[in-house]
Amino acid sequence: MPDAAPTASATPEKTSKLRDAAQGAGEWLIKVLLSPFVEIGALFRLLWEAVFWGIRPPYRGRLFVEAMEFIGIGSIFIVSLTALFVGGVLALQLVDGFRDFGAENQTGAVIGLALAREVGPVFAALMVTSRAGSAMTTELGSMRVTNQIDALVTMAVNPVQYLVVPRLVAGCVMVPVLTMLFNIVGVFGAFFVAVSLLGLDPGVFMDRLRWLVDWDDVSQGLTKAVVFGLAVTLIACRQGFYAAGGAAGVGRATNRAVVQSAIAILVLDYIVTSLVLGQGLF
Amino acid sequence: MRVFRRNLIRLTRPPLPPQTKDDPIHVRIRDVHKSYGDHRVLDGVSLDIYRGKTNLVIGPSGSGKTVLMRQLIRLEKPDSGQLLVNGVDFAKLEGLDLAAMRRTFGMVFQMSALFDSMTTFDNVAFPLREHTDLSRAEVRERVMDRLSALGVAAAAHKLPAQLSGGMQKRVAVARAMILESEILIYDEPTTGLDPITTEMVDDLIVEAEEMFGVTSIVISHDMASVVRIADYLSFLHQGQIAATGNPDELLHSEHPATAEFVRASRIRLD
Repeated sequence: MPDAAPTASATPEKTSKLRDAAQGAGEWLIKVLLSPFVEIGALFRLLWEAVFWGIRPPYRGRLFVEAMEFIGIGSIFIVSLTALFVGGVLALQLVDGFRDFGAENQTGAVIGLALAREVGPVFAALMVTSRAGSAMTTELGSMRVTNQIDALVTMAVNPVQYLVVPRLVAGCVMVPVLTMLFNIVGVFGAFFVAVSLLGLDPGVFMDRLRWLVDWDDVSQGLTKAVVFGLAVTLIACRQGFYAAGGAAGVGRATNRAVVQSAIAILVLDYIVTSLVLGQGLF
Repeated sequence: MRVFRRNLIRLTRPPLPPQTKDDPIHVRIRDVHKSYGDHRVLDGVSLDIYRGKTNLVIGPSGSGKTVLMRQLIRLEKPDSGQLLVNGVDFAKLEGLDLAAMRRTFGMVFQMSALFDSMTTFDNVAFPLREHTDLSRAEVRERVMDRLSALGVAAAAHKLPAQLSGGMQKRVAVARAMILESEILIYDEPTTGLDPITTEMVDDLIVEAEEMFGVTSIVISHDMASVVRIADYLSFLHQGQIAATGNPDELLHSEHPATAEFVRASRIRLD
């Protein structure tokens, strides 16, 4: 009988540990499930602050120009290079596929449509994410962890107005411009491959392209580009602006910004496409 | 049009609050509380900051010094309590009034927090360009005057990364003072600096007070600096002011935690 006492006292302790573990797992699960909503809430809050501070003076023109130069001019090379090869690959695949049933003269039309509606805005936004978005997060994150953003506050300068607003506006303006650039260079790349390398008739290529692609297709792509530009810069600014944890924290914030931006571009692409085409979301 | 312009100026640069220079107490901190979740950091801090003097707040690491500084400049809002600056409760201000009141303060951060994409000149000129209508020539004159007074005029066109720690501190002080703020707050100004630079920064704090008549608030745990520069001294312990007075009074305090802190710092009390 003396042995029974420790066994009896160990059982409730074990039960209590199990209960604590279950509670911990439950809290972790709830946190994981809620985290996307918390993130979206933080993005909308920053967007609201940016609108609030963006419409009131002072308007710092130099910062807008600098941000547009960084996002737009700085991305011209990488966007052009990508567009050239994406256009070329599309031409290779489509000519090869269409030749099986004698429809290769439709290559120009399909490529033009694909570039204008989908490939142009999505690729331009992905390129801006990888080049400018990650750099923006790193810059703002470094400013946060070295107290430079706090220094702005102590000098009575609103950091959202000074740092975030110019970048958001530049994103909304320059991603559509880069999308147009991507479309033009992409068509050039496709034309070169289809006509010069694969022997398609240049007149047919351009005629089919002009016949099928109209302003509505281009404007659909530009609408997406504005949305992507806002999303990419908002995510980059949000991650950098609220970065914490020193250099490692800035690295993690940059990683999150790139991953979230890429996901956001693809999800928003579906949403905007379904709304523009009037198909409903699901 | 005139009304629109007046409102625009008000939105851009709200007026500074009135100053009451006769009052020897510049800032009255009253019963300030601040918690993060369940962790209470400031537990009813009350403290007077004397006008035109060097006021030091000392205490061990984790005692809440930096948190107190962040409330004081309203980088964070206290949970409760008053921060009376020139008779205005800074803790209750929001929006444009808060922005206006912040111009009363200049802040020198522990790591200087200079904008690393700007030159020394642009860093110091930044507050002038944001808050005044001065011409380029006037900005240049005022910035170079201040840089010369602090001995860093030769570094005007260098980036912060090209400056030594001591020079960065001087530039940070120049930037904090350029709007002629009444109060300068220094957060751990000598942490991580060698003894010679530490002494130089201490001299700089005293110089700033003497040359420009500012009220200095220094957050520190460096007792050597304390003895050199403090006019008034307060010891923060477990989120409360445990002892306050002139350096002599505080160094001989019978409060156990204060006495232990002084003893551990090995300061010669004679």
